[in-house]
Amino acid sequence: MLTILFDGVAYGMLLFVLACGLAITLGLMNFVNLAHGAFAMAGGYVTAILINRWGLPFLATLPFAFLVPAAIGLVLERTLYVRLYHRGHLDQVLFSIGLVFMAVASVDWTMGSQQQFVTLPSWLKGRVDILGVQVGLYRSFIIVVCSVLVVALQLVLAKTRFGSRLRAAVDDPRVARGLGINVSAIFAVTFAFGSGLAGLGGALGAEILGLDPTFPLKFMIYFLIVVTVGGTTSLTGPFLASILLGVADVAGKYYVPSFGAFVIYSLMIVVLVLRPQGLFARAR
Amino acid sequence: MSHASADSFVQSGIVARTLARRGRWRAPEILFWLAALASIWLLPDRHLILNEIAIIGLFAVSLDLILGYAGIVSLGHAAFFGLGAYTAGLIAKHFALDPLIGLVGAAATAAALGWVTSFLVLRGADLTRLMVTLGVALILAEVANQAAWLTGGADGLQGVIMPAILGRFEFDIFGTTAYVYSLAVTFVLFVIARRIVVSPFGLSLRAIRDNPLRARAVGIPVNARLIAVYTLAAAYAGVAGALLAQTTQFVSLDVIAFHRSADVLLVLVIGGTGYLYGGLVGAVVFKLLQDWLASITPQYWLFWIGLILIVLVLADRDRLTARLTAAWRARAPGPAGGAGPANGPHATPASGER
Repeated sequence: MLTILFDGVAYGMLLFVLACGLAITLGLMNFVNLAHGAFAMAGGYVTAILINRWGLPFLATLPFAFLVPAAIGLVLERTLYVRLYHRGHLDQVLFSIGLVFMAVASVDWTMGSQQQFVTLPSWLKGRVDILGVQVGLYRSFIIVVCSVLVVALQLVLAKTRFGSRLRAAVDDPRVARGLGINVSAIFAVTFAFGSGLAGLGGALGAEILGLDPTFPLKFMIYFLIVVTVGGTTSLTGPFLASILLGVADVAGKYYVPSFGAFVIYSLMIVVLVLRPQGLFARAR
Repeated sequence: MSHASADSFVQSGIVARTLARRGRWRAPEILFWLAALASIWLLPDRHLILNEIAIIGLFAVSLDLILGYAGIVSLGHAAFFGLGAYTAGLIAKHFALDPLIGLVGAAATAAALGWVTSFLVLRGADLTRLMVTLGVALILAEVANQAAWLTGGADGLQGVIMPAILGRFEFDIFGTTAYVYSLAVTFVLFVIARRIVVSPFGLSLRAIRDNPLRARAVGIPVNARLIAVYTLAAAYAGVAGALLAQTTQFVSLDVIAFHRSADVLLVLVIGGTGYLYGGLVGAVVFKLLQDWLASITPQYWLFWIGLILIVLVLADRDRLTARLTAAWRARAPGPAGGAGPANGPHATPASGER
C-alpha cells in the first residue's frame, strides 16, 4: 500500500517535470502545444544514445538530456512557434500534431521502432527496506531530483527578476513591452527551458515510462491532463495534479488493471466539466 | 410598432432571398458530382481507393459541420466514426440485416453518443473542448479494447459477412458495389448537409462561430443549436464509419485510434473549412498523396503528413481557402456569378432603412 503510494508520488513527480514546460506554454502563454512530448522523447533518446553507444555514465548524460532538447526548442521557437502565438487554437493544434508526426517518423527512421533501454548505474538499482516499506532506490532518486527542481522552479518564478518579468509578459504582453521588457526573448528562453526540462524528464523517465518512437503520442494526454486539471494560474496546481495523477495511475494499474486508463480519462472529463478552469485554479 | 414589423418583414424577405441564392446549385458543383459519377465507369480498376475517398470525404464533411460552421475544434471525432463502424459490424455479424439498416443503426448510436457528449463539449472554451473530445475518444477506444468478447479487442471484429444491399446488390472483390454504395450514401447525406447549412439554422451556426456572445444577444439559442449540430455531425461520422465497416467487412481498433481524428482534421484542412466541399476535395487530395507517398516511402508516410500539416499552417491556410472559395464562386457563370456583387448595393439601403 505505502509502496504504491511511494511509486505513485515518484511517477507524479516525473510527470510534473515532464509537463511543467507545457504548463507554461499552454497554461500561461495560451499556446496549445501538443508536441511537448517530442522534446521529452528527444531527451530520453539523447541519454539512451550516450549511454549505450558512447558508454557515458548515467548521471553525466543528464545535462545533455537537458541541453539538446532546450537547443532544439529554442531553434523551433524562434523559427516556427513564434509565428503562431497569435493564431487560433486550431492552427496551433494542427501545427503541433504535424511536429509530433514528424518527430515520431524521424526517430523511427534513425533509431528503429524498438524499445530503448537505459542502463542504470548499480547504485540506483534495487530496493531497500525503510520502516517496513519497500522503497525503490531509483524512484527515491527521482523524487529527490524532482523535488529540488520543483523548489528551484518555484523560487525562480516567484523571487527572481526573470520570474517577475515572465509573469508580466504573460499577463499583458503589450504593457510589458511598453515597460521595456523584451517579451519575445523571455518567451524564447522560457520555451527552451521548458523543452529542456521535458528532455530531462524523458531521460529520467525512460526506465519507468519506457521509450520508443510513439512516446509523444502515448503521453500527450497525460501532459495535457496535468495542465488542464491543474489549472494554469501557478505551478502549484499542475504539481498537485501530477502527484494525484501519478498516484491514481499507479494505484489504478495495480488494483484494477483492466480499468486503469478508463478511470483517469473519466476523472479528467468529470473535472473539466465541473471546473473548466482547472481543479486548483480560482475561477476567473 | 407596425413600421417595425413591416421592416422586419422586408428583412426576412431579404434573408430568405439571400439564402435561396446561396442554396442554388452552381455549375462547378454539378460538374464535381458528374465527375464523381463518371469515375464509376472511367476508373474501373480504382474502385477500392475511390470507395475509401468517398468514406473519408463523408467523415470530413461531418467534421466540417462542427468545425467549419459551428467552430468546435474536436480532437476526438473518430469516437463517432468508430462507434458507427462497430455498430454496423455487430449488426451484420449477429443479425445479418440489410446494410441500409446497419447504416441507420450506426447513425442512431453515434447520434446518441453525440447528443450525450455534446453537453460536455458545451462547457468551457477551446482547450477544454479539445481535452473533452479527446478524452471521450480515448475512453471509447479503451472500451473497444477491453470489451474483447464484443468487439474482438486488438484482433478486430472478425466474421463480418455483409448481406447484399436491398437483397440485390452483392459486394464484389473489385469494390464496384462498395464504391457505388458509398458514393450514393455520401451524395445523399451531402445534399442534406448542404440544404442544412444554407438554411436559417446554418446561418445561425455561423453567427455562433463568429461571435457566440453577440449571437446569444440577438436571440439565437446558442446551446440548443450547438447540441443539434454536434449530434448531427456525430450521426454523419457514424454513417461514414459504418460504410467503412460494411465495405471492408472488418472492424479493428484502428477505426477509433487517435490518428484517425488527426487524419480527418488534416483532410478537412487540406480542402478548407466552412464550405462543405473542402472535406471531399481534401479526401481526394489526401488519398492520392497517401497513395503516391506510400509508394515512395511506405514506412515514413507519417513524416510527410506532419510536414504537410506544418507547411499548410505556416502558409496561412485560411487565406488559401479564401482564394479557393473565391475561385469557386468566380467560376460559377451566369446569374449566380453576377448576382453576388449586384446584390450588395441592394442589401445596403435595405439595412439602412432602420
